[in-house]
Amino acid sequence: MKVSEQWLREWIDPEVDTDILVSQLTTAGLEVSGVQPAAGNFSGVVVGKIMDVQPHPNAERLTVCRINDGQSESLQVVCGAANVRVGMKAPLARINAKLPGDITIRKTKIRGIESFGMLCSGPELGMADSIGGVVDLPSEAPTGVAVADYLGLDDRIIKLDLTPNRGDCLGMLGVAREVAAINGMDFQEWHSPSVKALIEDTLSIELSMPEHCPVYAGRIVKDINPCAETPVWMRERLRRAGLRTISPVVDITNYVLLESGQPMHAFDLHKLTGSIQIRMAQPFETLTLLDGREVKLDDDVLVIADEARALAMAGIMGGQYSAVSDQTQDVFLEAACFNPLTITGKARRHDMYTDSSHRFERGVDSTLQMKAMERATGLLLEICGGLAGPVKKVSSQPDWLIRNEIPLTSEKIQKLLGVELSTKQIELYLSRLQISYTGENGKWSAIAPSHRFDLNIEVDLIEEIARLYGYDNIPQTLPEVPQTMVAQPECQLTLDSLKNVMVERGWQEAITYSFIEPQLQEILSPDRPAVDLSNPLSSELSQMRTSHWTGLLTALRHNQNRQQRQIRLFETGLNFIETPDGIDQQSWFSGIASGPYAGEHWSAGSRLIDFYDVKGDIEALFSRARTYHRLAFKADKHAALHPGQAAKIYHDENPVGWLGALHPEAAKNLSIEGPVILFEIKGSALLDAAPRQFTPISRFPSIRRDLAIIVDEAVTSDEVLAVIQQIEDKAIQKSWIFDIYRGREIGPGRKSVALGLIFSDSSSTLTDQDVETAISKIISSLAEKINAILRN
Amino acid sequence: MDEVEQLLQEAINALEACDDIGRLEKLRIRYLGKKGELTEHLKSLGHLPATEKPKAGQAINKAKRDFQQRLEQRRVELEKLATEDRLATETIDVTLPGRGQPGGGLHPVTITTRRIVSLFESMGFHVEEGPEIEDDFHNFEALNIPPHHPARTMHDTFYFDAHHLLRTHTSPVQVRAMESSKPPLRIIAPGRVYRCDSDLTHTPMFHQVEGLFVDKKVSFADLKGTLVEFMRYFFEKADLQLRFRPSYFPFTEPSAEADIQCVICGGEGCRVCSHSGWLEVLGCGMVHPNVLKQVHIDPQEWPGYAFGLGVERLAMLRYGVHDLRLFFENDLRFLRQFN
Repeated sequence: MKVSEQWLREWIDPEVDTDILVSQLTTAGLEVSGVQPAAGNFSGVVVGKIMDVQPHPNAERLTVCRINDGQSESLQVVCGAANVRVGMKAPLARINAKLPGDITIRKTKIRGIESFGMLCSGPELGMADSIGGVVDLPSEAPTGVAVADYLGLDDRIIKLDLTPNRGDCLGMLGVAREVAAINGMDFQEWHSPSVKALIEDTLSIELSMPEHCPVYAGRIVKDINPCAETPVWMRERLRRAGLRTISPVVDITNYVLLESGQPMHAFDLHKLTGSIQIRMAQPFETLTLLDGREVKLDDDVLVIADEARALAMAGIMGGQYSAVSDQTQDVFLEAACFNPLTITGKARRHDMYTDSSHRFERGVDSTLQMKAMERATGLLLEICGGLAGPVKKVSSQPDWLIRNEIPLTSEKIQKLLGVELSTKQIELYLSRLQISYTGENGKWSAIAPSHRFDLNIEVDLIEEIARLYGYDNIPQTLPEVPQTMVAQPECQLTLDSLKNVMVERGWQEAITYSFIEPQLQEILSPDRPAVDLSNPLSSELSQMRTSHWTGLLTALRHNQNRQQRQIRLFETGLNFIETPDGIDQQSWFSGIASGPYAGEHWSAGSRLIDFYDVKGDIEALFSRARTYHRLAFKADKHAALHPGQAAKIYHDENPVGWLGALHPEAAKNLSIEGPVILFEIKGSALLDAAPRQFTPISRFPSIRRDLAIIVDEAVTSDEVLAVIQQIEDKAIQKSWIFDIYRGREIGPGRKSVALGLIFSDSSSTLTDQDVETAISKIISSLAEKINAILRN
Repeated sequence: MDEVEQLLQEAINALEACDDIGRLEKLRIRYLGKKGELTEHLKSLGHLPATEKPKAGQAINKAKRDFQQRLEQRRVELEKLATEDRLATETIDVTLPGRGQPGGGLHPVTITTRRIVSLFESMGFHVEEGPEIEDDFHNFEALNIPPHHPARTMHDTFYFDAHHLLRTHTSPVQVRAMESSKPPLRIIAPGRVYRCDSDLTHTPMFHQVEGLFVDKKVSFADLKGTLVEFMRYFFEKADLQLRFRPSYFPFTEPSAEADIQCVICGGEGCRVCSHSGWLEVLGCGMVHPNVLKQVHIDPQEWPGYAFGLGVERLAMLRYGVHDLRLFFENDLRFLRQFN
């Protein structure tokens, strides 16, 4: 809502300057999002009358105008606007005039023709919401008068960002009322003298649905002058409110809307057939709207119709067929009140938004219709002439219009706000807001005024009282609550805390969008059913992710395209996987890594990050839960991963994720430089930590022995170590692989595996004999189970 | 006896001339060995008269001890020199960079969320989370936003079907927390939220932190006090000014928006605060009785307050980030600045 300060002060003129007025509005909840002058600063611009227009001899698009500026009868001015015509009044910037943007008008030659000034467009004068072309001033504008004075441009436009509950402030009336309440001033309610009917013509109104339309007022006005012009004061007010001048009839209904908040509509009387009917749209009914669009009306859309057809979507937009045109002489004016619930959502359904629907959705005061009708008729007769008929009004009072009594106590006010207000103060605020009340001793029964649809229960009134008291005057306190201790389960980890593990290991946290490009997801995560948004912003953001990999790969590519090579990104957050029981929304922990293992260092050669680097990081994550020994990585196939470098991750035998190198084909298709290592782990697998439990440390020395065995290439490291772990010999403490060797002396398809072994006993020092016995068990088990040969 | 002294002097000169620890041993043998020159002198004592023998013996022994001592001294000196020489060859350039990779870092949204959460945790709030694909009931209806309520147009919502949507705020977590626990309640709910909007100052996904406090005695003054305290601690500015303005949220009444004094210009007016000196940072209010009734909490007995903070907004102000979209590009040159 754009409010002209000048216009507002005609209604109510508090003794505060613009800055204070603006701050008053903002702190009262009518947020001012901007203040701009009605026009830029300029001087030396007067009303000029165009006496002659000739084509410029040297330029097709220019004209040479002769202008009467009150001082000179025939000032020669070259003009580039297309809309100049003989007899037109327009702003003339004289020689030495100053225009916004530090422009000074000088005598100049344009394509060989001298020009003694400039005819100005709205934008050139810094007039917001004006259109291009020379400003077409009314013919009665006095020649030679300063344009700024004539148009009253010493004004500021205050832009209000209104919250949806304050539909009452969508008109000057409401804003003025609010300013009066804030400043504790008396407020003269809006009224307009009733226009005497000079003709008897009426249309009968059939209102079968009072629930949806409690008030409908209509009036015929005949014999208006179709050539009338909208007066400049009205055009200026419309412009400052951001509305364009259309035609006098439409401008008048728009003006009344801006003034009162009551939307109105004018029909061409001769397009109407029989009575006016307010009804729901019929099956398959269509309507071509004012903007030329044809809409199919659903049967829950209220329409204004006559006996032949639907004429308008009630409270939203009129139809093209019955619209007033520049030939219309007889009109039917409408002012109605519609149920907000009837109107809400209907405009949006057709991707529409109108000043009318905006107000009716928020609620229009049901006492305004007659006043608006009289006001509009008065303006119409004043501007276009004509003869008015009597107002025909149908009204009722459905339940939703009845204002309930709202109980209010000063005790509740104090409890909720935390500040004690006197009953006198409270009653004063209620009166200022036109809230009527009865009661005493801090207990009232209140009734909200008809324009405040948002005041229904006690807390609504408490907010109003707080608003006028001033939120900033309410004290700042801290709640008094008993101290409580918060449980800290030692074995319950959080994904947030596990992020630190990755950070310490050189990973950078990423946050990617939860919606991704479906085609990419199809490549990277084909096995997980995904859900689509029904109204995505774009096809690239149309499907919910089933894996973080799509987003991470996109981030990786973004970085590679910006000369970043060493990349380790991880992400936590939900994935969304469709299941027969609904959408599974679980947290995952994922990552992507590529490029050099470390930055280039003077002491070392460089190598690329590989599978085992990332595997180590995953083990570190699980070691925080003390459960990494319960992990298993099993070679498996994944559509997005390299067939020979992919592992499904198991935790306690349950599959919990994947680790692998991005399939080189996928990398190529995505224009990503490989190798790229990816991992993902279900968050739930990481969160349950094993309890910390001490076991005694052996006091006896341990013994280390190494073994080298030769096995088939296909035998995995896990299989070798599993053989040793299954041997029943208490002396075997620990076994690990410290080297893998392949070479000619080992033979093709085979590898040498070097094992480190630690032997010890908790109750005695081991003898060589004990160790030898254990080693021979190991050797024979390895030979038996995995065909291992001892290497010499 | 001059002969002995002369020999000693000669030996000492030889010692001093010697700069090699190996040759030092040769000198020892030459003078003190079994056939050493000083040793030979002792042997020649037998030719002397008995009266001179003790004196001459003493002199020779003294010369031997003397030499021995000087020899040891020289050995220590030469060893020290040798060590110094060896260490000199082991000199390194201490200015070369150290080994190993520097750590990574958290996303600034996480850093900011943690900061917000830990400040509220210190006031006894605890973290709650909820689903991001929400149902209409929790995102709207339970929050006093019935279908077609004008407030729904403020929430450009992503839908899946008529009943499922991407949550437009973290407020549904309030509802879920109140459904599952009885008051008193003090929760803080960080998380991703979504709005169908994308331009210079809006991304379709962003983060909020929702706070809810339901107790027997909670007032708007407490809400103000808590948020003022929070903002001052968050920005580490003890005199940071806040301004509370009436606003409208269907799920709170009274409702407020709070502005902080611009942390960029200190309230003088700058581009960031549109020359107003104020920055809008949060929405809040007293929990609407309809919201409490929906979850079977008696609003007369249990008032409450709620607030919602935009994480990116606070991160941008605290760290001077000028473009919201940077948060989701995951450009390492951006992310590493917060390590």
